[in-house]
Amino acid sequence: MVENRPVRDFFAHAVLITGVLLVAFPLWVTFVASTLTFDQIVSVPMPLWPGDQFLHNYTQVLTSGSEKGSSAPVGTMLVNSLVMALSIAIGKITISILSAFAIVYFRFPGRSFFFWSVFVTLMLPVEVRIIPTFKVAADLGILDSHVGLAMPLIASATATFLFRQFFMTIPDELAEAARIDGAGPMRFFFDVVLPLSKTHIAALFVILFIYGWNQYLWPLLITASESMYTVVIGIKRMIAGGDASNEWHLIMATAMLALMPPALVVILMQKWFVKGLVETEK
Amino acid sequence: MEKRVIFRSAWLPYVLLLPQLTITAMFFFWPAAQAVYFSFQLQDAFGMSSQFVGLQNYADLFKDSHYLSSFKVTAFFSVLVATSGILISLLLATMADSVVRGALAYKTFLIWPYAVAPAIAGVLWAFIFAPSIGIVTYFLKKIGIDWNWIIDPEQAMALVVIASVWKQISYNFLFFLAGLQSIPKSLIEAAAIDGAGPFRRFWTIVFPLLSPTTFFLLVINIIYSFFDTFGVIDATTQGGPGDATKILVYKVYYDGVKAADLGGSSAQSVILMIVVITLTVIQFRYVERKVQY
Repeated sequence: MVENRPVRDFFAHAVLITGVLLVAFPLWVTFVASTLTFDQIVSVPMPLWPGDQFLHNYTQVLTSGSEKGSSAPVGTMLVNSLVMALSIAIGKITISILSAFAIVYFRFPGRSFFFWSVFVTLMLPVEVRIIPTFKVAADLGILDSHVGLAMPLIASATATFLFRQFFMTIPDELAEAARIDGAGPMRFFFDVVLPLSKTHIAALFVILFIYGWNQYLWPLLITASESMYTVVIGIKRMIAGGDASNEWHLIMATAMLALMPPALVVILMQKWFVKGLVETEK
Repeated sequence: MEKRVIFRSAWLPYVLLLPQLTITAMFFFWPAAQAVYFSFQLQDAFGMSSQFVGLQNYADLFKDSHYLSSFKVTAFFSVLVATSGILISLLLATMADSVVRGALAYKTFLIWPYAVAPAIAGVLWAFIFAPSIGIVTYFLKKIGIDWNWIIDPEQAMALVVIASVWKQISYNFLFFLAGLQSIPKSLIEAAAIDGAGPFRRFWTIVFPLLSPTTFFLLVINIIYSFFDTFGVIDATTQGGPGDATKILVYKVYYDGVKAADLGGSSAQSVILMIVVITLTVIQFRYVERKVQY
């Protein structure tokens, strides 16, 4: 603080509190709606204080889905989302750390070619090549499966780069010492590189978990049976008709269930989240 | 930058690279090549046969008024999302940087929307603004605004912009806050001693020093509004009413999946790829420049 200005301080807090409230408003309305009955929501204006249907609505969606729209239980969808998010996060980290290790610690023919071929994939988001990717998945017979949900999204240039940058900062003396002691490359990888990378792995994991959990277009295309829906897709399928025909109390309960896991990850692992976010983008 | 100490093996590096390369080839290069290939083909209605038509699909696109309007919609949408998202986050970050107490709590309460999927952000805001039952619609009606984004193109655009900005504020906020905290306090104190007020200090010192962050966020926000907002749009307006919110990526999906126009959709994909590559190159040149500071 440069100078002591009570008025300015008050103004800053006022702006921040307004910001926090505006940002939180949709979440509050969603939570309230998820604790009301359908009739309470459609009688305009809906109450802005929670009702008593919390247990009823959440049990309903978790075990048997919505009544009119899709009847797939949200419990299964949450499991699918979790499987997808974990496979993407763990898969990306595994293949990226291995390839970064190869690129940094070995000299071999084609090294820069491979490096650049991973590099250019930075520029191709899944949205611009959806239909051909769908055909590849169809040819491989992995449509409508957990493998199909996760595998096409596992390749990532970002994670490879992050690990490459980090490996560059590991002192050469460590590798030298390992070689003198007769450790092979894989021994060096598991005993030195992997433990040193722990914080980077944690930070990446948080970012990639959220990325995987929130995928929308890809699961929308390749899931056909309700038992394979992720929770984000499940919500979309529950919105069937106009305003008054949607079962908003159940949709909002599902929305809460869909956004809580990644939101908790962000809040509880804030330190890793911020580190991961800043590092993966630079 | 190269390592001085390396390991020697004729086969191990290839084994280590194999998983990454296999998946990259299968799900990046092959589909991208196919998109380019299909964009030169014309398929019959049943997908049974196709013939090479050269640049016909591209020529058709640029004659198609729907496609050109989609370009305009995308440009308008991304400018709105990027500028309003950046301005709001900059205001909040400046304030959070200046308060002594509670900064961490504000940060926690402002970053969680990052975790919300775009599609869910769309559902949340569509519910609040729902034409007949929405709570905000109700208050708007009280002050004389008739809100119905299902039939009003401008209100539909407003809805998708609000939902997209809301989700992106936390990201911009974190980068601005980090940028602000890296500005040496001594600079600001020196200006204060020289008699510069808070606004003067912001415009002459803080804002210029933040410009690399702002530029970086501008590129990221434009890429975000080009692609990640697909979920917001699909969960709310689905491109409507008419073509009012049909951004380019939504049109690729719509033409390819719903309308089964493989050639046209692939040509659009290729054009989008060129746009992304251009944006990424701009961003990298900027990063390179920054490294040399």
